[in-house]
Amino acid sequence: MTNNTTSNKAEAYRKQESKDEMKKQLISFGMMIAFTIIAFALVGTDVIQGSFLTILLFVLAFVQMMFQFLYFMHMKDKGHAEASGIIYGGFWVTFLVMLGLGVISWW
Amino acid sequence: MSTATQKRSFSAALWDYLTTVDHKKVGILYMAFGAFFFILGGLEALIIRIQLVKPENDFISAGFYNEMITMHGTTMIFFAAMPILIGLMNYIMPLQIGARDVAFPFLNGLGVWLFIMGGLLMNVSWFTGGAPDAGWTNYAPLSLQSPGHGINYYVMGLQLSGAGTLMSGINFIVTIVLMRGPGMTYMRMPLFSWTTLVASILILFAFPAFTIALFLMQFDRMFGSAFFDIALGGNSIIWQHLFWIFGHPEVYILILPAFGIFSEIFPTFSKKRLFGYTAMVFATFLIAFLGFMVWAHHMFTVGLGPVANAIFAIGTMAIAVPTGIKIFNWLLTMWGGSVAITTPMLYALGFIPSFTIGGMTGVMLGATVADFQYHDTYFVIAHFHYVIVGGVVFGILAAMHYWWPLMFNRVLNDKLGKLEFWLFFIGFHLTFFIQHFLGLMGMPRRYWVFLENQGLDLGNAISTVGAFFMAAGVIVFLYNVVYSYVKGEAAPQDPWDGRTLEWTVPTPVPFYNFKQLPLTRGLDPLWIEKMEGDGKMKPAEPLADIHMPNNSILPFLISSGFTLASFGFIYQLDGPVGRILIYIGMAFAIGCMIIRSLKDDHGYNVTKEELEKEGA
Amino acid sequence: MSHDYSIDPNNLPEDPSRVTAEGKMKHLGLWMFLGGETVLFASLFGTYIALKDSTAGGPTTQDLYGLELVFLMTLLLLTSSLTSVYAIYHMKNNNFKQMQLWFGITGLLGLGFLACEIYEFAHYITDYGFTFRSSAFGSAFYTLVGFHGGHVIFGLSWLIVLMVRNAKRGLDTYNAAKYNTFALYWHFIDVVWVFIFTVVYLMGMVS
Repeated sequence: MTNNTTSNKAEAYRKQESKDEMKKQLISFGMMIAFTIIAFALVGTDVIQGSFLTILLFVLAFVQMMFQFLYFMHMKDKGHAEASGIIYGGFWVTFLVMLGLGVISWW
Repeated sequence: MSTATQKRSFSAALWDYLTTVDHKKVGILYMAFGAFFFILGGLEALIIRIQLVKPENDFISAGFYNEMITMHGTTMIFFAAMPILIGLMNYIMPLQIGARDVAFPFLNGLGVWLFIMGGLLMNVSWFTGGAPDAGWTNYAPLSLQSPGHGINYYVMGLQLSGAGTLMSGINFIVTIVLMRGPGMTYMRMPLFSWTTLVASILILFAFPAFTIALFLMQFDRMFGSAFFDIALGGNSIIWQHLFWIFGHPEVYILILPAFGIFSEIFPTFSKKRLFGYTAMVFATFLIAFLGFMVWAHHMFTVGLGPVANAIFAIGTMAIAVPTGIKIFNWLLTMWGGSVAITTPMLYALGFIPSFTIGGMTGVMLGATVADFQYHDTYFVIAHFHYVIVGGVVFGILAAMHYWWPLMFNRVLNDKLGKLEFWLFFIGFHLTFFIQHFLGLMGMPRRYWVFLENQGLDLGNAISTVGAFFMAAGVIVFLYNVVYSYVKGEAAPQDPWDGRTLEWTVPTPVPFYNFKQLPLTRGLDPLWIEKMEGDGKMKPAEPLADIHMPNNSILPFLISSGFTLASFGFIYQLDGPVGRILIYIGMAFAIGCMIIRSLKDDHGYNVTKEELEKEGA
Repeated sequence: MSHDYSIDPNNLPEDPSRVTAEGKMKHLGLWMFLGGETVLFASLFGTYIALKDSTAGGPTTQDLYGLELVFLMTLLLLTSSLTSVYAIYHMKNNNFKQMQLWFGITGLLGLGFLACEIYEFAHYITDYGFTFRSSAFGSAFYTLVGFHGGHVIFGLSWLIVLMVRNAKRGLDTYNAAKYNTFALYWHFIDVVWVFIFTVVYLMGMVS
């Protein structure tokens, strides 16, 4: 009997936790949609121009990506140290590849 | 009667190796085929040296010479050095960290068959109208101009084996992160396991860039795209960037495991723990990190501009710092130890001056301004052979002598080993030391002939003599293998008075490795037990059922399917047969993958009773 | 001898996909794979950036791209990311039917995305004569976007095999790990798309 109540309590706690998690993920989704709309609107309406717009678009994309990684893919949760290490390593190599192919190759 | 049983047992053994997912057998497959390709690449090297023994020699034609240098480089890097190292990692690393297998045994089987078929596929090109001939770097647009199917073989062969290597990389990382035995913390791992981890991370980040480079090359050659076609706005520098973004980390993928091997050998034969263990781990990571940021030093003469060149020059020279840390740590490991000069130790001792010379010429080449003089001369050839042969091949040969008793249950003869070492060591320096000077005198690399009376005659002749010394060394090694096998003396369990967990398993190693996983109490766990305990590892678990994976023929079949499709891609411009082969091969491979996905494969248990029956 | 992968409904694990050792390995292995995929797509993006202005007299980025279709595709793929989050939510509550339903919706949205992409490519080829072979820019564009599309096709096939295979079996800790790795892979495809619509389409329309 007592055993049953504890497991019920644990169950209730677990449910609450996954509900909270879901709320966070819904907020992330809302933000991602908002960021997407902002990005498209910026390009569609020509409010800002030039390199500032390029940088802004990139920042919007980067923040969206972090929402995906941290909340949708749970990279913020415990037990993801190695996973985040590899992903951040991948960012670094990506930066280098962009440097090579974007900046120092011509003709 | 007896031949019949022998035949049966042969086909049984063949089937066993075709279907194996055991990390030890996969490791042996890697090493066996790696050795085959090593001998093949060595023969190609001899042919190159014979051609260059005297001025204006006509031993082989110019076109054939191009094929030789291309295949020698590609074979040695991708099909000899790397597979042998991956084979060693496969065999040794799980034993060192106290694991019963790797994380993904099925992927391991797939990886080895992709490598084997990729290597064989590429060598088929010898018989189908010409091997690849644009150098192992395969620069566009030269590689696009090359007629025939040689370059297509290069692209598909490396694509296959590259996919296999990537799988191994992922496999090793997950194994080391999740399967370390009880008490085996990260900072108690032997250095060879550490370098396996770091090399695997490098594989993970470097190989995808090469995969894309090969895809672009494939599309340009086979499907008419325009990545490297200047007329349609293409840019051949893209190939160079992608190749070297992969290619420079690749040399660290090769050398770091060799560093790991020497870091096992020095402590064992000096009877001292590795000096500066933490610094060694840190230096390994630092080399890997810096190794990714220096690829453009292969492209100084492309015209990237002084700013880019200067940045990459400084990065290049910075790598000498962590490498120097390692060299001094090895020297200080021997300091005050009771050093035993065995064959593996001889290789380790020979490695230090040889590799240091290679490192110094590396810094010289890293100096941008001077590099314009050295670029594409024999100085470069001398440099990278000093690091690859003096580092990686010495490491591989040392590892063979060191771990042979564990892997094949025989101790290689030490006298023959020493003869082999001296032949190889002297031959190596004879071949390549003189090439520094040939390069400085202006002899360009990749040239078929040189003219007489330009001061190049004697140097080239000496170099060729050296190559034969190296070949003699390899023959002595092969003789040693046969000799120890025929002699049939079983190796003791721990012939070198070792320090790490791989010496605690009985030989021949049982397929489940450890009956009970051992408890690691610190760095060099076996040595701790020898000093503080009774010399035996304490089990960390009661005797219980052991879970093992099932063998499967699917890795072999999947690889065969992709190989068939590769032939299709190579010949798809020549008519419908090629295109049909693509569809058949792909359908077969994907079908096998779907079967793998649909069929549950839970493995099986070795029960406690069976383990008890096998005795202690 | 038997392997027990069943889930006790009265004592649900926090994450059924990472109960078994195999589940943990698959999870980490997929993350490692994604690390490699990052560099794979980085190389493709780099190639695209280097070649995006090499039009060889053919249509340029500004001639070709339009906002409406790309916006629709973005919404489809972003939403499919959310629906797979819902599916994993139901997996953790051991509700197999709901999980299959949400994964099914994920697949349909992915299929919609793919249809849009095929329409877009066909539109470029027929209306502009802009092909894989017409310029270096064309090669780079179709290779980058096509590799992403190929990943979507692979993901959809994977999902179909998973859903059909396990339809009658229900959820256990063995296939939960498989569903979870698929979900991670699918999110990653979405991440790549975020950069494709930003770097290829939006930035292509600006400059």
